[in-house]
Amino acid sequence: MEKERLLTVRNLHAKAGDIDILQGVDLTVNAGEVHALMGPNGSGKSTLAQILAGRDQYEVTEGEVIYRGKNLLELAPEERACEGLFLAFQYPVEIPGVNNTYFLKAALNAIRKHRGEEDLDAVDFLALVKERLQLVEMDPSLLSRPVNEGFSGGEKKRNEIFQMAVLEPILAILDETDSGLDIDALRIVAAGVNRLKRPDNATVVVTHYQRLLNYIVPDFVHVLIDGRIVKSGDKNLALELENRGYDWLEEQPKGRRKTPQRGALVS
Amino acid sequence: MPTTTNDIQSLVDQEYKYGFVTDIESETVPPGLNEEIIRLISVKKHEPDFMLEWRLNAYRRWITMKEPKWPHVHYPPIDYQSIIYYAAPKSNADRPKSLDEVSPELLAIYDKLGVPLQEREILAGVAVDAVLDSVSVATTFKNKLSELGIIFCSFSEAVQEHLDLIKQYLGSVVPYSDNFFATLNSAVFTDGSFCYIPPGVRCPIELSTYFRINAAATGQFERTLIIADKGSYVSYLEGCTAPMRDENQLHAAVVELIALEDAEIKYSTVQNWYPGDKEGKGGIYNFVTKRGRCIGARSKISWTQVETGSAITWKYPSVILQGESSVGEFYSVALTNNYQQADTGTKMIHIGKNTHSTIVSKGIAAAHGQNTYRGLVKVLRGADNVRNYSQCDSLLIGDQCGAHTFPYLEAHNRTAQIEHEASTSKIGEDQIFYCKQRGISAEDAVSMIVNGFCKQVLKELPMEFAVEAQKLLGVSLEGSVG
Ligand SMILES: Nc1ncnc2c1ncn2[C@@H]1O[C@H](COP(=O)(O)OP(=O)(O)O)[C@@H](O)[C@H]1O
Ligand SMILES: [Mg+2]
Repeated sequence: MEKERLLTVRNLHAKAGDIDILQGVDLTVNAGEVHALMGPNGSGKSTLAQILAGRDQYEVTEGEVIYRGKNLLELAPEERACEGLFLAFQYPVEIPGVNNTYFLKAALNAIRKHRGEEDLDAVDFLALVKERLQLVEMDPSLLSRPVNEGFSGGEKKRNEIFQMAVLEPILAILDETDSGLDIDALRIVAAGVNRLKRPDNATVVVTHYQRLLNYIVPDFVHVLIDGRIVKSGDKNLALELENRGYDWLEEQPKGRRKTPQRGALVS
Repeated sequence: MPTTTNDIQSLVDQEYKYGFVTDIESETVPPGLNEEIIRLISVKKHEPDFMLEWRLNAYRRWITMKEPKWPHVHYPPIDYQSIIYYAAPKSNADRPKSLDEVSPELLAIYDKLGVPLQEREILAGVAVDAVLDSVSVATTFKNKLSELGIIFCSFSEAVQEHLDLIKQYLGSVVPYSDNFFATLNSAVFTDGSFCYIPPGVRCPIELSTYFRINAAATGQFERTLIIADKGSYVSYLEGCTAPMRDENQLHAAVVELIALEDAEIKYSTVQNWYPGDKEGKGGIYNFVTKRGRCIGARSKISWTQVETGSAITWKYPSVILQGESSVGEFYSVALTNNYQQADTGTKMIHIGKNTHSTIVSKGIAAAHGQNTYRGLVKVLRGADNVRNYSQCDSLLIGDQCGAHTFPYLEAHNRTAQIEHEASTSKIGEDQIFYCKQRGISAEDAVSMIVNGFCKQVLKELPMEFAVEAQKLLGVSLEGSVG
């Protein structure tokens, strides 16, 4: 069966102010796939993730992004979310005064409304919350606290995955969800992500450690350096990066980086 | 004074000629203020000499006073001689004939607030017989209340029917000489509400100006007097979440609350008068004096306010804690958007022993809004074991607005325990983006954050009022974020 094409990024260039950050990114993600996006600090991974989610402080200067047949860059951030795009933030934001459960319910119902579905009533919502809470083994006391306020680094990351578990996105981008998690938490979060995996959704895992990829096994690994995907491969590429670092890729002549990588990825 | 005596005289004559009950609809007096005008107001209202004297004393005091300059608000000089101090209710001919004639913006707001159709007509000042329905509702309430001995009527009616109570309590909390605006009000007030709860009676309903006959047209100079006799309880709701059609720019109201032994008064306000447009043109100047006196031991007065309207708000609902172990509370949300300015807060004056007060103030400023909290906690020498807790939080939306906090403390007794907490936070792009990424629109995100910020105050409001106030906060902030 033909897998649905979820995301196509073509020759994406973007800058923040005067600084060029993305310099021609190509990426294709199909339903059912797990992609790992790796690369050294400052290479543009979060920028790519934020642009996909609709952050307006970046300016796209060239290229296009197609998400499930739509021009993603024309959609408002909340429309993207309602269309099933989810970003687990590298730095989840604190929202004082807004109850975590209340927030999640507002989010879920906004998405349901977009799909033309009824609001989930309080009883069904709580049942869902309980079930998904177990998936990420999150402390239930975090539910009644303000969103992320005073949460530890690890609790914030877990809360992101918990939200993802409730919202059931089609394309999830996890930006460094592993950083700040100890090894047990990492295992639990990874198990949660794996259990949410379905033939009709996909995950892009952004990380600069291969550690997480022991638990979430990627179908594809891409290396982003200086705003370009310089190499793509399978899970073995991650192991190679673990052994050799990024230096050997950074030293490649400029000309080769311009070669679009997407050909290798279309399945 | 520019108004000629002749004009006045002819008006007075006219009045007697035609009789002012039937002809009242078309009556106004010329603009300006002088003793003749005050006499005229008093005559039109059939007031006893006592009231006229009181008004004249206030007027004579007022002409020696200067407008206060200390509030953190700015506005062009007010020409007090161009104001019309007595205007009878508008005749139906001047009112919109139907909602089709009412500004679509106003209607859109009613829509968002979910105001029932019939109420919209009343609020928008449409000339309809529907008002009669509200009158009959009011009458039903009135009968029920009078069975309990509760008096709830217009101030004018109270002057006619309950003069003893008026004589005893009028000005006992806010004397006519109190301050520039209160003194002006004392001289020229045209109407307002009066309420008396007899000893031991717990008022079974929330008293609301909504149900008071003729209350639909808010006066420019309103006067409210509420007396809770020993061991009684009353919850009073002022205002309305939907904006009223209103052509007066200056509002200077006075509210006096009196709580005798073991009595409790809970006074809630939602103020949503016209704030002016996006550029800061127009809008109401709301200069109000509200004060309560806990005369009796163990009495309690609690102010809760949600202030979202008006171009300028200047008000400090206060409590004089005179009776031993009396309690004063002030819960406030003040929101300023566009070019709105608010200078609001409270005064808690501790006179009696073991008196306690709580102050929770939440200021929200968006766009070019300026929001000032100004509060005084004063403990007199003889007031042993006073406790006060104050919390002042500010929330900024955008970076062109301002929040200012001026907490004053005067403690003349060493046993006082006073706690003050303050915070300033900002709704940042990051928070909005985070919400949007979860599918929540910027508007919903802001109203969610704002409601979270105000929760502590909103929960003090009666239930239905709280729900409306919540919606109102959202509507008032519309367009404040992209
Ligand atoms: N809003 C911004 N303004 C200016 N520079 C930015 C902004 N966002 C990111 N950058 C810069 O772009 C580069 C890539 O950042 P980022 O995408 O966060 O990298 P990564 O996630 O791969 O560590 C860094 O040099 C960072 O400083
Ligand atoms: Mg990053």
